Amino acid sequence: MAENRLGQKLVAPAVILMLLVAGYPMFQAIYLSLYRYRLTTPGDRSFVGLSNYRVALTDSLFWRDTWNTVVIMVVTVAIELVIGFVFAMVMHRIMIARGLMRTAILIPYGIVTVVSAFAWQFAFSLNNGWVNSWFHWLPWIGPETNWFGDHWHAMFAIMASEIWKTTPFMSLLLLAGLSQVSEDMLEAAQVDGATWWQRLYKVILPNMRAAIMVAVLFRALDAFRIFDNIYIMTSGAQNTESSSFLTYRQTIQQMQLGMGSALSVLLFLAVLLIAFLIVRLFRVDLASARGEAR
Amino acid sequence: MHVPRRSRGVTRFPGGRSVRRLSATFAALATAAALLSACSSSGKTTLVWYINPDTGGQAVIAKSCSTDQYTIKTQVLPTDAGQQRVQLARRLAAGDSGIDLMSIDPAYTAEFAAANFVVPVPQSVEAQLPHAFKGAVTASTWNNHLVVAPFWSNVQALWYRKSFAQKAGLDMSKPVTWDQIITAAADHGGTVGVQANKYEGYVVWINALVMGAGGNIVTNPGAGVNANIDINSQAGVTAANIINKLAHSKAAEPDLSVSNEGTVLAPFATSAGAFQVNWTFIYQNYSSDKTTLNDMGWAMYPESVAGKPSRPPYGGIGIGVSSTSNHIADDWKAVECITSPQNQGQYAVSSGNMPSSAAGYQFPALQKAYPASLLQLFQKSVNAAGPRPLSPYWSDISGAIQSTWHPADSVTSSTPASSQTFIQQVLEGKKLL
Repeated sequence: MAENRLGQKLVAPAVILMLLVAGYPMFQAIYLSLYRYRLTTPGDRSFVGLSNYRVALTDSLFWRDTWNTVVIMVVTVAIELVIGFVFAMVMHRIMIARGLMRTAILIPYGIVTVVSAFAWQFAFSLNNGWVNSWFHWLPWIGPETNWFGDHWHAMFAIMASEIWKTTPFMSLLLLAGLSQVSEDMLEAAQVDGATWWQRLYKVILPNMRAAIMVAVLFRALDAFRIFDNIYIMTSGAQNTESSSFLTYRQTIQQMQLGMGSALSVLLFLAVLLIAFLIVRLFRVDLASARGEAR
Repeated sequence: MHVPRRSRGVTRFPGGRSVRRLSATFAALATAAALLSACSSSGKTTLVWYINPDTGGQAVIAKSCSTDQYTIKTQVLPTDAGQQRVQLARRLAAGDSGIDLMSIDPAYTAEFAAANFVVPVPQSVEAQLPHAFKGAVTASTWNNHLVVAPFWSNVQALWYRKSFAQKAGLDMSKPVTWDQIITAAADHGGTVGVQANKYEGYVVWINALVMGAGGNIVTNPGAGVNANIDINSQAGVTAANIINKLAHSKAAEPDLSVSNEGTVLAPFATSAGAFQVNWTFIYQNYSSDKTTLNDMGWAMYPESVAGKPSRPPYGGIGIGVSSTSNHIADDWKAVECITSPQNQGQYAVSSGNMPSSAAGYQFPALQKAYPASLLQLFQKSVNAAGPRPLSPYWSDISGAIQSTWHPADSVTSSTPASSQTFIQQVLEGKKLL
């Protein structure tokens, strides 16, 4: 009991600090979202209740941007999971130049997102990009393919840059899970005559479920908040806006602090919903994922 | 962990004294920096002037306008006018006293004035400023007060190839209409260069067409969100019809939907070059291309309706004094110097952006650098210019127009009605932009 109380006292400063740095802005955002408030016309500020939420939720622009965000999240996380797993296996099993290989795989993750977005923008550029000249042999790519000229081409370019940048992070998280899979179990399965695929599906993946959940959760939440790549590569042109980009435009460009705050709150709720769904989907206790339940 | 102990048994971190010394140094530096932000090392006041990017003309003026009492230091804003607005507004809303003077675009002058981000020009200072053109004064006035000092005034003119006009049989000594130039260009293998990308420049064109037809996008813009949106009018339909005609004609340039001031320059210099509407500074652009320069003519901006004088687009920069500045008296002295006729003329020579006053046009080097007829046209155009509505919500109105009028080939006679509804919904907070 006394130990419990001591524990509470010890964490109290951290909790207070968290409330100050995280709680205050959150409550401020909720408060502002109930107002019609524009930074450059403070005199016109008025209380509008839940009107900002109603406007956002009934606006086609909001749903179009939400759809874009969901598409980016689902596609990028799915592809990153597969490629990231391959990378994790390589990093786990490789015998020669292990350090070099791990470093090489992790390099994209060490690059600032804005820089990588610029690099990919140049790569997909119609005038001087290498994508068109290297891949013109593919039937759907030609020297005149304008990657930023229509919606799906632009979305493809944005997603490619996101996948390239964050797959190493996924592989790093999966590598941690892979190293937790008992070699004894794998050997036992092998002795019992399990093929490589059977070992993967029956031993490795079930034992990595917690790590996969953490990796998918982290990356899904990250991908749902995608902003930098879109800002640099298209600035939202060709209907490539994400939810974060819409929130940015309302809050920063249009200085509509009320509507921007409402969109921020909706974004936060969406992130909570995604986290809840992923935790339910994988049926994994977060505490066990961290090894606390043992 | 090994922790070194002192003789009196007090546990200390290694180097504790140096940490304290370092903290004290940082505190002293921070205080000094705060003081230095207002005063330079010589004890002189420093006035910080946030400028739009240029070729260095404003920095030269800042240097020449610095006195024994104060030094004017320039800080360059982003290239995009929208980003300039965002950066300045965020700083000013937060009460940043590090801004003294600002080069302000007419698109957000009213917004800054309504938010009290700028100090209205005092009568005593206004009396000292050069007498500005009517268009420049209108674009710099909010609530009947001059809120920025007009510095330079850009205006659009109709630039044409003399040989093409001759081939098409157009008499360019008289005012021409949009219909005439589009038809002439389409019939004789030429193009008409305009700005129709999804950006402010496209709204500048639309505004000029509407005003040229005798209408206004917004009447009583001072009413803020309650302003009357009048784009759905006969003038709005006339503007939409002109855009529709060009967009579906052979006279349209292939990159019409992404065209801007820069993209129309090159086609004008080719064999298909016929007409373009563009700002004053493009004259310098062709100075090294003698073939184009010798064949280039200029005329008043085209009329939307035959017989009704056109209202050329107005652009430019006014110098505003920040309401959060700590040196407002010095700021006004600096403004008087920056906007002097001599500096306006000098800046026009170096940048191609024309003076906001007739006195500025008297600068000898400027008169030498440009043909007299062109300088006369610029002055006549600024006086006739139709500035964009001076609304604090102009960025919303402009954004809503861009959303509904872009791309140009989608514009029909029903566009004004749909855009009016959308603008009103955006202003009322019922639609996201």
